[in-house]
Amino acid sequence: MNALPSSSHYPAAPTAQVAEPHTLTVLVDNEPGVLARVIGLFSGRGYNIDSLTVSETEHQAHVSRITIVTTGTPMVIEQIKHQLERLVPVHRVHDMTVEGRSIERELAMVKVRGKGEARVEALRLADAFRARVIDATTESFVFEITGGSEKIEQFVALMLPLGLVEVSRTGIVAISRGPEGM
Amino acid sequence: MTKEMTGAEMVLQALADQGVEHIFGYPGGAVLPIYDAIFQQDKVKHILVRHEQGAVHAAEGYARSTGKVGCVLVTSGPGATNAVTGLTDALMDSIPLVCITGQVPTHLIGNDAFQECDTVGITRPCTKHNYLVKRIEDLPRVLHEAFHIAANGRPGPVVVDIPKDIQFAKGMYTGPSNIRHKTYHPKVKGDIDKIKAAVELMAGAKRPLFYTGGGVINSGKEASHLLRELVKMTGYPITSTLMGLGAFPAADPQWLGMLGMHGTYEANWAMHDCDVMVCIGARFDDRITGRLDAFSPGSRKIHVDIDASSINKNVKIDIGIVGDCAHVLEDMTRLWRASNVQTDKPALASWWKQIDKWRARKSLNFKNSDTIIKPQYALQRLYDLTKDKDTYITTEVGQHQMWAAQFYNFQEPNRWMTSGGLGTMGYGLPAAVGVQMAHPGSLVIDIAGEASVLMTMQEISTAVQYRLPIKIFILNNQYMGMVRQWQELLHGGRYSESYSEALPDFVKLAEAYHAVGIRCTKPSELDFAIKEMIEVDKPVIFDCMVDQAENCFPMIPSGKAHNEMILGDSAVALDEAITEEGKMLV
Repeated sequence: MNALPSSSHYPAAPTAQVAEPHTLTVLVDNEPGVLARVIGLFSGRGYNIDSLTVSETEHQAHVSRITIVTTGTPMVIEQIKHQLERLVPVHRVHDMTVEGRSIERELAMVKVRGKGEARVEALRLADAFRARVIDATTESFVFEITGGSEKIEQFVALMLPLGLVEVSRTGIVAISRGPEGM
Repeated sequence: MTKEMTGAEMVLQALADQGVEHIFGYPGGAVLPIYDAIFQQDKVKHILVRHEQGAVHAAEGYARSTGKVGCVLVTSGPGATNAVTGLTDALMDSIPLVCITGQVPTHLIGNDAFQECDTVGITRPCTKHNYLVKRIEDLPRVLHEAFHIAANGRPGPVVVDIPKDIQFAKGMYTGPSNIRHKTYHPKVKGDIDKIKAAVELMAGAKRPLFYTGGGVINSGKEASHLLRELVKMTGYPITSTLMGLGAFPAADPQWLGMLGMHGTYEANWAMHDCDVMVCIGARFDDRITGRLDAFSPGSRKIHVDIDASSINKNVKIDIGIVGDCAHVLEDMTRLWRASNVQTDKPALASWWKQIDKWRARKSLNFKNSDTIIKPQYALQRLYDLTKDKDTYITTEVGQHQMWAAQFYNFQEPNRWMTSGGLGTMGYGLPAAVGVQMAHPGSLVIDIAGEASVLMTMQEISTAVQYRLPIKIFILNNQYMGMVRQWQELLHGGRYSESYSEALPDFVKLAEAYHAVGIRCTKPSELDFAIKEMIEVDKPVIFDCMVDQAENCFPMIPSGKAHNEMILGDSAVALDEAITEEGKMLV
């Protein structure tokens, strides 16, 4: 952000806060356009979304759960949270990062191509990471791995020299610890 | 070139580097730094409009009449929302524009700051692309990219939203370069095998027809030139959409006139009965096709379009060629010439004979009067008295627009500016301002209706300020004529809210704006009055009082096919001509 000269009729920026990643969970009515409404609050500010997962979680009630990871200053994230709550089809919003005590997981499918020692090494590492083989040919594997983002990053980094072809990731899903629901 | 400067200075530098000479705009708090930069340079001339919608339409007229990218500068909030109608209009008619909008400082975005709106959110569906620039480092690239995207591929409007702190911020400016865009690479050359197949199909045709549109105009003068060459070589008939008028000269015997809802009898029947349809740069709009399941049932269809998503959108196509009209037409003419085509002469002769029979119906005929000015007659006289001059025509939207398309015979491209896709009443006056700005010595006429023109009448003030001698030729029937016509045909003559109540005295209105007002009420005085209008070297509002009850024919009623059109003098009872289902399709 750039300081405004005195010729501006807008107030100057508040003392800058540091931007940090936040995970937001949003429960919404599953209706056309609802995702666009939610995402619009981020894109309107020029905020990028680092990760986004959406799926209907209560079929009878047509309720979907949206998990969004974005980076912003705490003040702005709080403002976005309140604006999300104001959207008509939104049931509840939780900032998992602020509320703490949440579990975050991702699933990735990792395709590795190779022969000989590299292939054996890939399989060994997969075993260590508790990744499952879900497709295999004589010269390739597709591994399925779940875990925190860091674990997946690490696994992907290890596969890179062993013949990594491509990665498909779900993005983060999150849930709070303990007996209480959202 | 790289140089340190402020964001506002970068905007002006980028405009100058992109060859922009004129920008249409309106100042406000969030663009003041850019207006300050405008004050301190003399390469880009700013034209102050009276409403932001006018700025966008003026830029559209400028772009359409020159082939260049039109430029707009507006402030945040209401400045941006007022521009939305113009942006949507430009998107629908594929007009290249770059619209720079001011935005509140980055730290206030999303906080309901004064004159804030979510400009990128609001304009996403009505632009080809848009940007919110949050870092000064991105600004030069985004500005150059905006021009690239606006002008290339299927042209369209691009919005660049620049927060005020970015306008003040300093950074390094870099000039336009030939860096390839990461993702946007529109295909200009058509697939040569498909073009070969198309030429073969055309060569064997017994009842061929060219159907061309605004894409030929957008593709540049060369495309019109090549189209003429191809049509001449083949000897085939040609019709065009509203947006494509002028690409082929209306004086040519192969020209069938405009097609579609208010197209000529011969053009629509030829569309219905042809066996090979060659569509170039048109998009099978619903005003063109009429009832889709009865649209040209017996023809094989070739479609040339730069937008792949236009092909097979409404109508099933046999040979779809993705490419720029000029490039594809060049290949077509070359292949046609090289393959020494022998067309089916006897079949073509009988096709032309059939077309001449349709022509003989003289579908544009109207009953003239000695006592009251018929709108068609007014346009015939306007055409006759201006055809030898260097003339540009803009229009508003409604009956007058259709009559203008029918009776003003365009011989050259880029001479005809009208709102086709969106049908925006109020387009013509500001568009005329833009056209006159680009062509100072030419005769620029806005053919208007009294209802449309009142929507953006304030822009006459812009014309006066910049000494732009535009002529606003109002066909005044004291009704929203097209609405009245539909109410007469579809709603039992119940003229609900379509009477133009409490109209201003247009002559006095012109005088109040320091323009010239002329009123004409008698057919016998029309020529003299039009000549007077042309002679005056000032903006003119011409109040041409015409027949209130005149309807625009021919007409394909909604939900009907091309061969079910109504003619002005035909005996078909209008109540029977439109089905209940058709009423829904208006």
